[in-house]
Amino acid sequence: MSRPAAIDASGVRVRYASGAGEVVALDGIDLEVARGEFVCLLGPSGCGKSTLLYAVAGFVRPTAGSVRAAGREVGAPGPDRAMVFQEYALFPWMTVAENVAFGLRLKGLSRDEVGRAVSAWLEKLHLRGFGDRYPKDLSGGMRQRVAIARVLAIDPDILLMDEPFGALDALTRRNLQDELLRIWSGSGKTVLFVTHGIEESIYLADRVVVMTYRPGTVKEAVPVTLPRPRDPSSPEFNAVKKRVSELVMEEQARQERDELGES
Amino acid sequence: MRRRTASLVRPFLVPLAALAAWELACRAGLFSPLILPSPGQVLRRWVSYASPLSPYDPSRGSYLAWLASGELWEDALGSLYRVILGFLLGAGLALPLGLVMGAKSSAYELLNPLLQVLRPIPPIAFIPLAILWFGLGNPPALFLIALGAFFPVLVNTVAGVRNVDGIYLRAARNLGADEFTVFRRIMLPGAMPYVLAGMRVGIGIAFIVVIVAEMTAVNRGLGYRILEAREYFWSDKIIAGMISIGLIGLAIDWGMGRLNAWLLRWHRGLEG
Repeated sequence: MSRPAAIDASGVRVRYASGAGEVVALDGIDLEVARGEFVCLLGPSGCGKSTLLYAVAGFVRPTAGSVRAAGREVGAPGPDRAMVFQEYALFPWMTVAENVAFGLRLKGLSRDEVGRAVSAWLEKLHLRGFGDRYPKDLSGGMRQRVAIARVLAIDPDILLMDEPFGALDALTRRNLQDELLRIWSGSGKTVLFVTHGIEESIYLADRVVVMTYRPGTVKEAVPVTLPRPRDPSSPEFNAVKKRVSELVMEEQARQERDELGES
Repeated sequence: MRRRTASLVRPFLVPLAALAAWELACRAGLFSPLILPSPGQVLRRWVSYASPLSPYDPSRGSYLAWLASGELWEDALGSLYRVILGFLLGAGLALPLGLVMGAKSSAYELLNPLLQVLRPIPPIAFIPLAILWFGLGNPPALFLIALGAFFPVLVNTVAGVRNVDGIYLRAARNLGADEFTVFRRIMLPGAMPYVLAGMRVGIGIAFIVVIVAEMTAVNRGLGYRILEAREYFWSDKIIAGMISIGLIGLAIDWGMGRLNAWLLRWHRGLEG
């Protein structure tokens, strides 16, 4: 065989206590992501897509099964699998530049090297001149740029993104999607991107993995072969969108039945 | 424009009216000067309290040293020295202990019961024991002041560390931080708003304790001086001393406020 897959989840089951009972968040997940591939995890809230991401990141330990990254069993969190959070998770007591420098300093780079890398990444994400600001002074879109710069600066092989653009307005979101694609293309980095946006997933991914609602399993993986940049108004795009929508709607309906039935 | 002038003047109206009423009541002979001296009398006493005791003699030191040789300056500096040193001792012990207790639940479980038993005992209640252990003078006072500052700083530091949002810890570990880095660069600054709030309370208590300590265990300082003045029925000096205590308290609180604003300049809600 050639080199191992970037991410290889097999038979992953995650169970946790919740209130009185137990919730099976993930069950029997088998997912292989090739190096350099851009995969979106799509599904209604409660389908465990973030849990799967957390298992790859090393924040959540599977109850059964295994998660491998680049052939190695995932243990503790590490900078080879860097994560961008929906809530940005910028350290509010550090300036923009200090946030971006955080991971670089931990890699043992010299002060000069860190400084050069930080200004290069701020430049690349259109944040020049904002290095001395604190996160509280930035808009949501700019905060997420900083979070992306902070993660890309440490040059991870795998990029984990947990609904990173979910809280942004439509224009800012499209903007950041394009920038993410620009940075990703030709970088060889693997991206695992969680979203509940059907259009977003088709706009970005090589493959859209639709997940089932509770327990979370892989319902179907839909490859998207349209050339980039993709046009969401094109008939080809909408054909894929129709197919993916049907899959998601089935799960959405199950979720609604479940919630109505419980109450 | 007129409105702005009015709001500049307004804060002074009630204090000035109170002073005027006080002065008038004294002039009308409503109170014996022994019970309540007039503001003018207090001011004169305050000036003489602050003035040098002997005439200026160049052979005995600089003009500045002579100017500050009055009783008030020695008392005030002595009280301030005890507050600051005692506070640094108490807060300096509480901060690292609170950080460890906040971060490590085993340390919390070990130490918390003892601390919860000791915490409700007012530091003032330790005065007899402090005198037995340390005698008279600065040592018992410093012990009591440190004790007064210790618990507010400790309790707030523990709460601060425990309230650091888990997402920052995850983000830091994800970026490759080890436990020590998480502790130093995430937990410590993340807990800082709580720590500083605790320090503000702690130094307030330290200031209360220093006055009480000086009334019982130290024969110096502002607390001692106003108690001494009572022995001689110098009510004007008592009030002059009280005003001095108030001004120092105000200055300390202002300084803490500035430190707060600077250390928490990253914090939402502190600036407009």
